[in-house]
Amino acid sequence: MTAAVFIGCSFIAFGPALALCVCTIAAEPLRLLFLIAGGFFWLVSLLLSSLVWFIAVQIGGSNNASVKKNLLIFGVMVSVLLQEVFRFAYYKLLKKANKGLMTISQEETLPISVRQLSYVSGLGFGIMSGVFSLVNILTDSWGPGTVGIYGDSPQYFLSSAFMTLAIVLLHIFWGIVFFDACEKKKWWALALVILSHLLVSGVTFQNPQYEGSLVPSYIIMMLMATWAFFTAGGSLRNLKLCLMCRDKDFLLANQRPR
Amino acid sequence: CWANSVERKIYIPLNKTAPCVRLLNATHQIGCQSSMSGDTGVIHVVEKEQDLKWVLTDGPHPPYMVLLEGELFTRELMLQLKGSSRISGLAVAISKPSPAQGFSPGLKCPNDGFGVYSNNYGPQYAHCNWTVWNPLGNGLAYEDFNFPIFLLEDANETQVIKQCYQDHNLPQNGSVPEYPLCAMQLFAHMHAVTNTVTCMRRSSLQTAFSLNPEVCDALSDYNVWSTLKPINTSSKIDPMDEVIIVIDSHSFFWNVAPGAESAVASFVTHLAAAEALHKVPDVQKLPRNIMFTFFQGETFDYIGSSRMVYDMQMDKFPIRLDNIHSFLELSQVALRNSSVLWVHTDPVSRRNESIQPQVKTLVEALINSSMGANVTLQEVSQSQPLPPSSFQRFLRAKQIPGVVLADHRTSFQNRYYQSMYDTAENILMKYPEGLSPEETLDYVTDTAKVSAKHCFCPLLAGGWRRGGWRGSGCWVSRMLYGFLIKTNNSWFQSIIKQDLKGLLGDELPQHYIAVTTLVNTTQLVQYVLANLTGTVVNFTKEECLNPEKTPNPEKEMYVYTWVQGSRDPNSTSRVPFCVQSTVHLTKAASPAFELKQWGSTEYSTWTESRWKDIRARIFLVASKELEIITLVVGIAILILSLLATYFINAKAHVLFSSPGDGGAVAY
Repeated sequence: MTAAVFIGCSFIAFGPALALCVCTIAAEPLRLLFLIAGGFFWLVSLLLSSLVWFIAVQIGGSNNASVKKNLLIFGVMVSVLLQEVFRFAYYKLLKKANKGLMTISQEETLPISVRQLSYVSGLGFGIMSGVFSLVNILTDSWGPGTVGIYGDSPQYFLSSAFMTLAIVLLHIFWGIVFFDACEKKKWWALALVILSHLLVSGVTFQNPQYEGSLVPSYIIMMLMATWAFFTAGGSLRNLKLCLMCRDKDFLLANQRPR
Repeated sequence: CWANSVERKIYIPLNKTAPCVRLLNATHQIGCQSSMSGDTGVIHVVEKEQDLKWVLTDGPHPPYMVLLEGELFTRELMLQLKGSSRISGLAVAISKPSPAQGFSPGLKCPNDGFGVYSNNYGPQYAHCNWTVWNPLGNGLAYEDFNFPIFLLEDANETQVIKQCYQDHNLPQNGSVPEYPLCAMQLFAHMHAVTNTVTCMRRSSLQTAFSLNPEVCDALSDYNVWSTLKPINTSSKIDPMDEVIIVIDSHSFFWNVAPGAESAVASFVTHLAAAEALHKVPDVQKLPRNIMFTFFQGETFDYIGSSRMVYDMQMDKFPIRLDNIHSFLELSQVALRNSSVLWVHTDPVSRRNESIQPQVKTLVEALINSSMGANVTLQEVSQSQPLPPSSFQRFLRAKQIPGVVLADHRTSFQNRYYQSMYDTAENILMKYPEGLSPEETLDYVTDTAKVSAKHCFCPLLAGGWRRGGWRGSGCWVSRMLYGFLIKTNNSWFQSIIKQDLKGLLGDELPQHYIAVTTLVNTTQLVQYVLANLTGTVVNFTKEECLNPEKTPNPEKEMYVYTWVQGSRDPNSTSRVPFCVQSTVHLTKAASPAFELKQWGSTEYSTWTESRWKDIRARIFLVASKELEIITLVVGIAILILSLLATYFINAKAHVLFSSPGDGGAVAY
C-alpha cells in the first residue's frame, strides 16, 4: 500500500519502543547490552517453538484445515510457554551475571537493579517479538496493493500494527511483574502473567474479526500496565504529585535524614 | 511456493500473458514501453465503444488500466488511447472465435522498400501503388506506444479479472465506485530507445568499457537449405533450380506468431515436396540439381534471404547467383478459392529478352503439369508485380527467371496476416472430438489431403515432366499437427537428437525469429527435412558423430545426424540411428550488422530491445486518504510516546519510589 502505509504502520508499532530506547536505553551501555541479550533469548525461544511446531506438523499431516488450525493453536500455546520459560531462564542468568559484575567492579551496590533489569529485558523481548511479527507484513505493505482481493479485511496492515504495539508494551509489563514475582517468590503472580500471555495469544485467533482481538488485548494491556506500575514502586500518591508538579517539594521533604 | 503468505493474500499473478515489446529499426522504434517499476492503474473493462468514455473523460480515478475485448482492438481505438494521459496500460483478451471482419496488425504493404520495386526498378509498382497486398493491415504492430500492452491468452484469467472488476469497480446506479478498487500492474520496461543506430552505439560503448550488457540484440537465426543431389563445394557446381519458402511470422505480441497460413502451411508443403521428390526414381540423373531453402526472418525486411544473397555475392556460400537457373517460391498457399493456385511473375524482368522466354517456359510447364490434378494453376495478369516474397531479394541482385505461387490473385486471402489469429482454425484444420494425441497426430485432415494432392513436386523435376507420385497425406498431416498444434508428439520425438528434449513443448508452437540463435522452429525444420530426405546409414554412434575419422571422399558432401529413434513398443528405450542427409544451416543475420551499417536502407536493421522483468498481476488499491491517515496516526503515536517517555523518565525518581526508599536513588 505504498510508502505512507509502511512508515505509518512501523511508527504505530514501534514508536513507543523507539521512544523508550532513545530516552532510557541508549545512554546506558549496560542497559543496551541486557536489551540485546533479552532479544536474543526471545529469539532462541522462538526457534525452539518453531521446531516443535514443525515436528508436530510433519507428524500430524497437513491435509485437513481443522487439523492445521488445531496444530497452530497447539504451536502458539507451546510458544507462549517457551517464551515464559526463557524469561525465567534470563532472570536466573541476570542474577548470576549481576553477582559476577559486582565482584568485578568492587562496588557495594548492584550496577543495575533488578527493577531496571526487568524493564530492560521486557523491552528486549517485546522489540524482538514485534519485529518478528511485523517485518514480513511491512515489506508487503510497501507495494502498491492492499489486502482484500480474496475477501480479507482491508484493515489488515493497521490492525497488525496496533496488535504489535500492544504486544511490545505487554512484554514490558510482563517482564516487570514476572521478575518481581520471582524475587518475592509470589508464584500466583507468575501464573497470572503466563495466563494473561496465553489469553492475549489465544484471542488473536479471533482474527479477521479485529474488534474481537484488539479490544481484549488492549484491555489486558491496560490492566497489566497498572499492575506493573504498582509493582515498580508507583502509587497513586506519586502520580498525583507528579501531575500536579509538586515533586520538587516532595524531594526536598524526603531529604530529611532518617 | 512463489511468495510468502502475505503476498499471496494481496496479489494474483497473471501467468498466461504475452507482452508487446520494443523493436527498433534504422529510423524508428515500435512496440510498447512501461515505467521502470511497472505501471499501475484501476481496471476498467471495455466491452463496447461507449465504455471508453469512462476511461477517457468520465472516470474519477485515473489512470486506468483497460481490459479490452479482442473485437475492439482496432486502429481507431488504439489511436484514441495513445493520445490520452489517463491510460496507464492495456490488456487485450484474445477473441474466440477470431474476429469475423479479419484482423492484421501488419502493414498494408509488407516489407516495403526492401523488395525489388523502387524508384529505379518498376516505380509504378513500388509502395504498393499497383496492388495493396494486405488491405486489412492496420499497421498497429508498427506504432509506438508509451504504455504497456499485454495479451491475455487464458480465458480463465480474463474471467478472474472481470470478476474482480465487477465486485469492486462497477459504478453502482450512477454513483462513483468506492475504494478499495481493483487494479492491475504491468511490468515491461524496455532498455533500448530511439532506433537501432542509437542502441547499437550505446551497446558497443557499454560493452567496450564493461559497464553494462547490451541494450538490444539483432534479430537473427539460421536458414535451412538442402540439395537434391549432394554437392561438392570444391568442384564445379551444376546449374540448379532453387525452391524457396519462408518459415517465420510475427504478431503484435512477443513470441506470439502462430503463422499458420502465412508460413506453416507453406513450409509444410515444401517439406512434403522435398520428401516426395527425393523418392522419385532416377532423380539423381536429372540435368539440374534442386535446392530447397527455408528462410528465417523474412517478416522483418527479408533478413534470411538478404543474407543469403549477400553471402552468394561475397563468395561465402558454396553456390553463387550464376549457378542458379530459376526460382520457384511458395508463398501463402493454404486458403485456395476453388482449388486454384496463382502464378505470379515479375513484369519488369520479363521485359528482358533473355529472361522472358525462360519465365514463359517455366509458367507453361507448371500450368500444363497441373492439368488433371486436383488443383489448377493459373497465371495472374502479366502487368501485376510480385507479391512480397523472398524472390524479390534475389531479383534485386540479379535478374533470374522465377515464379511465386500463391493462393491469392491480387490481395492476400489471409484475413489474419501476421496476427495472433493466424492459427490452425484459420486454415480450416479441424479434428474430431475425443482423439488421443497419437490419434490426432495421424488423423489426416482435409487440409492435409488437399495440400498433399496438389503437391507440384513432379513439376520441379528437370524436364518439368509430370511424374507419377503418391502424395503422402500422412506426412503432411503429421507435420501440420506438429507445427501448429503440439510439437511434443511421438514422431518429432523420434527424429531429434537425444540431448535436445527441451526442444519439444506442449503449448502451441510459435514461429517468431527471436534473438537467441536456433529457435525451435528452425531446428525442427532441419530435423524433419533430414528425416524426410535423408537416408538411414549403418554407422555406429562414434562414426556418425565423427564422420571425418573414417576416410571416405563422399563423406564431405553429406551431413550426419544421430537421432534418437522411436520407442520400442515393448520397452521404454529408443533405438537410435544415423541419418545421412544434405541438410545444412546457414546464418540468417542481416548484413547490416556484419557491415556495421546500422542505419542501412539496403538491408534489414531490425533489433529487439532487452528487458529485465516482464510480468503482470492484479490486486486491490486503497484510497489515498486512508494511506495519509495511517501515516498521520503513526507520526502522532511516535510523537506522543516520545513526549510521554521523556516526561516519565524525568520524573521516574518520584514516580517509582516507594516510601521505604532513601534519598539516593540510582535511576
